[in-house]
Amino acid sequence: MSITTYHKHYDVIVVGAGHAGCEAALAAARIGCETLIVTINLDTIAKMSCNPAIGGLAKGHLVKEIDALGGEMAKNIDKTGIQFRRLNTKKGPAVRSSRAQADKKAYQDEMKRVLEKQERLDIKQVLVEELLVENGQCVGIKSQTQTAYFGDAVILTTGTFLRGLVHIGDVSYSAGRAGESSAEKLSESFLNLGFEIGRLKTGTPPRVNAHSINVDQMEIQPGDENPLPFSFSTERITQPQVPCYLTYTNEKTHDVIRENLHRSAMYSGRIVGIGPRYCPSIEDKVVRFAEKTQHQIFVEPEGLDTDEIYLNGISASLPEDVQVDMVHSIKGLEGAEIMRFGYAVEYDFAPATQLQPTLETKTVPGLYFAGQLNGTTGYEEAAAQGLMAGINAALKVRGKEPLILDRSQAYIAVLIDDLVTLDIREPYRMFTSRAEYRLTLREDNADLRLTEIGRKIGLVDDDTYARFQKKASSIQTELKRLDETRLTPNAANVDRLANIIQTGELKQPTLLADLLKRPELCYEHIAHLVPPDAELPEAVKEQVEIQIKYDGYIQRQQRQIQQFKRLENLRIPDTFNYVDVHGLKTEAREKLDKIRPASVGQASRLPGVSPADISILMVMLHQQNQ
Amino acid sequence: MKFDDTITAIATPRGEGGIGIVRVSGSLAIPIACQLFHPSRDISPDKLPTHTLTHGHVIDTSESDEVVDEVLLGIMRAPNTYTTEDIVEFNCHGGFVPLTTVLELVVKSGARLAEPGEFTKRAYLNGRLDLAQAEAVAELISSKTELSRKIAIDALSGKLSEHVNRLGDSLASLLAEVEASIDFPDEDLDFMKIDTQLQTVRAIQKDLVQFLDTASEGRIIKEGVKVAILGKPNVGKSSLFNALVTTARAIVTDIPGTTRDTIEEAINVGGIPINLIDTAGIRQTDDLVEQHGVQRSRDVLDKAEFLLLMFDASQPLEEADIELLQIGNSHRVILILNKTDLHMVTQPLVLSDHCPKVRVIQTAITEEKGIDELKNAIRDELLGGEFAMAESPIITNARHQDALRRAQESLDNVIASLENEMPPDLVSVDLRIGLDALGDIVGKTTTEDILDRIFSQFCVGK
Repeated sequence: MSITTYHKHYDVIVVGAGHAGCEAALAAARIGCETLIVTINLDTIAKMSCNPAIGGLAKGHLVKEIDALGGEMAKNIDKTGIQFRRLNTKKGPAVRSSRAQADKKAYQDEMKRVLEKQERLDIKQVLVEELLVENGQCVGIKSQTQTAYFGDAVILTTGTFLRGLVHIGDVSYSAGRAGESSAEKLSESFLNLGFEIGRLKTGTPPRVNAHSINVDQMEIQPGDENPLPFSFSTERITQPQVPCYLTYTNEKTHDVIRENLHRSAMYSGRIVGIGPRYCPSIEDKVVRFAEKTQHQIFVEPEGLDTDEIYLNGISASLPEDVQVDMVHSIKGLEGAEIMRFGYAVEYDFAPATQLQPTLETKTVPGLYFAGQLNGTTGYEEAAAQGLMAGINAALKVRGKEPLILDRSQAYIAVLIDDLVTLDIREPYRMFTSRAEYRLTLREDNADLRLTEIGRKIGLVDDDTYARFQKKASSIQTELKRLDETRLTPNAANVDRLANIIQTGELKQPTLLADLLKRPELCYEHIAHLVPPDAELPEAVKEQVEIQIKYDGYIQRQQRQIQQFKRLENLRIPDTFNYVDVHGLKTEAREKLDKIRPASVGQASRLPGVSPADISILMVMLHQQNQ
Repeated sequence: MKFDDTITAIATPRGEGGIGIVRVSGSLAIPIACQLFHPSRDISPDKLPTHTLTHGHVIDTSESDEVVDEVLLGIMRAPNTYTTEDIVEFNCHGGFVPLTTVLELVVKSGARLAEPGEFTKRAYLNGRLDLAQAEAVAELISSKTELSRKIAIDALSGKLSEHVNRLGDSLASLLAEVEASIDFPDEDLDFMKIDTQLQTVRAIQKDLVQFLDTASEGRIIKEGVKVAILGKPNVGKSSLFNALVTTARAIVTDIPGTTRDTIEEAINVGGIPINLIDTAGIRQTDDLVEQHGVQRSRDVLDKAEFLLLMFDASQPLEEADIELLQIGNSHRVILILNKTDLHMVTQPLVLSDHCPKVRVIQTAITEEKGIDELKNAIRDELLGGEFAMAESPIITNARHQDALRRAQESLDNVIASLENEMPPDLVSVDLRIGLDALGDIVGKTTTEDILDRIFSQFCVGK
């Protein structure tokens, strides 16, 4: 069999066109690299394999950060979302998160269109069989049809397709998703390169036909009345909006599951991969929370042009007949016709401790990993990594400094730092509590945190940047106004204040900013008392209110961040010899030598590395620098 | 740049003594012993069992096999040693010359002179002690009284760290509750109600404040208190001064007079180091009380943290006495009614009338009466009546005190947030800060300069 070489040489080649792959390819091409994205099937670009939604707690933060840096996910969901909600609004400004139901098919089509229109980006349906490595460097890929594509950097975003194995009851077959063949040859090539791999598992629930269910027996869950877009560039949501529904499992459902546990792929011992604790299958829920008499099911439409309905909350690997009984036991689903059965999928992942913070592998220069391959779960987590891998591959090819964010700058950085530092044993999903500096990393200020960075690397276009600058400056102006304008305690003002709040007192001239700090007052009150020259956009008002109201908290957190940065800025040279550092405990030494943290800060987060070990490191670094 | 260089120092005090010890720690310790030490019986040091003493001689092979000293060689093999490294100790005859000669030989054989506190630093860096324990070693060495020794030993055994960690654990559990309520709102779990959260923080805060309160006692126990005696001429000040000094002379007496006018004498009253200010100097030039007493004694008042005000029971109160009693209403004092062996003209109640709520002790110093009662009263007043070596450890270290204060401040903020019904993400901000502050004490979040500051407080050889 002779191998032919494709006539074009690429700067960046992206393998896989899921949520990670799309962001990676778009970022690389937009930064100016000749880019190729390949996928097994062009009709599954940006496919939502599991639930039809983008965002959610902490995930919404990731989407907004992707947008601020110049990624695509936020814009795409804004164009195709059919129900928008802001979650956790009562838990404080830091943890408000956006979530939207997506029209799955529209989301895919829209993303495909964006890829197609992108300059410098070629899209190909290719089954990749082998990673080409010369002199230890990754130089390209070889297709099943024996064509070699050469590129300076290769980004692997293969999701669940490496040795993917689908389970339904006692049936198992090789597949990356139900009905889609896995990448078997590529898996071999991958293993031959010597990467350490682990096995994870994830699952998905059955989908039913909307005509066969009775939503009248369920609770309706409408979206927000005023749907707020994800992207800082989207003015308003124009899609028709639809409701979701809420129903519950019951004791009968649980009996069906318990009686058939031995037939579940998960519980019969057929699955070795570890599933996400945070997103348990219905079998897990029934076993682990045996005392609970019901579990929630969100009944979510998969799109405007389809009647397929996603039953969020009952992901299962039970045999098909049991799935039918289970679904029929649920209120409103008694006559439900299952269109696609739920299943579990096991797949290989490569622990990301084998990666640098740029997501380039430590052992094969030029090769990057992103997405579910790195042990994460979730479209948003995948997209965030894809974006960063695309950016860093492009920057490297163009001979520029890499972009490595720190934990005080973005959830994206928390995600990547965790991945390259911690031992991931179960699918990793983002939570707000993973971010130490959460109050600084809000959804609402993602643009203020990251737009300049996106602009500098060439991902933020002129229009977006101009809009951002305008917003930033009007925030500053209004902050200044509130910080300089006093409300005088004349009769009229006292009266007006008393009209707003019963207990309001105004004894002396008071800065508007100080008034706003009173718990019972919000920005609208202040704007009503002393209006600005012109009505401000909602986003500006929100920003001003948060920055003033929570100023004390924000400042205290800023001091903490300065502490954190000190350890972060203590860089450890790549060549540092841990083996010779005597005082380190063996476990710590092995860990440090394997992970080779970039900074003392990262070293301090390594499991098994104690404060004393960190002290030794600092002493040694100090001595070296003298 | 290797960390396993071998360090050495004279571990006993300078000057002549019965024995003196040269301590060596590190991978070269045993090879150096092999080279320098010639045992009386035929066994090489590297064959000696660990934690044993062996008789022999240190011989300088470079100087025609000259015997430098007759020594006992202590050998302790890693890891069960002070530093967790191999340690050898040459127990020499005390005296400057033999010790420094042995030390020089050890250095010539490849060890380097240890910096102050470096042995303890290694114990910490090798993970045998946490930061608070390492600091306790320094306090143990510098302890002036039995009480401060006990406190340091408690800290060294890890009691202080345990206490801090326990506080940290409670905070961490609460933080976990708060975090869970944020990240898993859909799970309909039973989250802690705000009231319960408040109760929990307040309980932790109470514990923390109690702990922090021991710092004032800790400081008193560690650093001592300056006490001055004031009173009219001939009331018995000198007799009292002498009685206290002779019955309670402290072990450490090397505190020099700090001003031209006063001399301090260190005494130990019930475990509290006290620097008794002798106002004799002032008294000689000008009588303190008679000449606008209060004005004149400002010097002493500024200096002393605690005053013993003396009165003559055999005489009625005079203007000067009344003025003195005024001080009792603004300073920490004990009133002493002396000469109660004579006919009592002034009764204790008269003093109390002018100076309510202040303790009055009756003495007859010349008859040696009432001195023990006075000492007990001083101790009680300084440490608070209920002070005992309680279960909870005592804070004697300014760094710990600072960290606890920061933790306390953050808990104040947490309580304020909860009371104002702020959302949980804001509550968590200060919980995390508090947790970090507690972590500082045991070295969970420390930086090299703090370390250096800590370890430079040690004497060489520890």
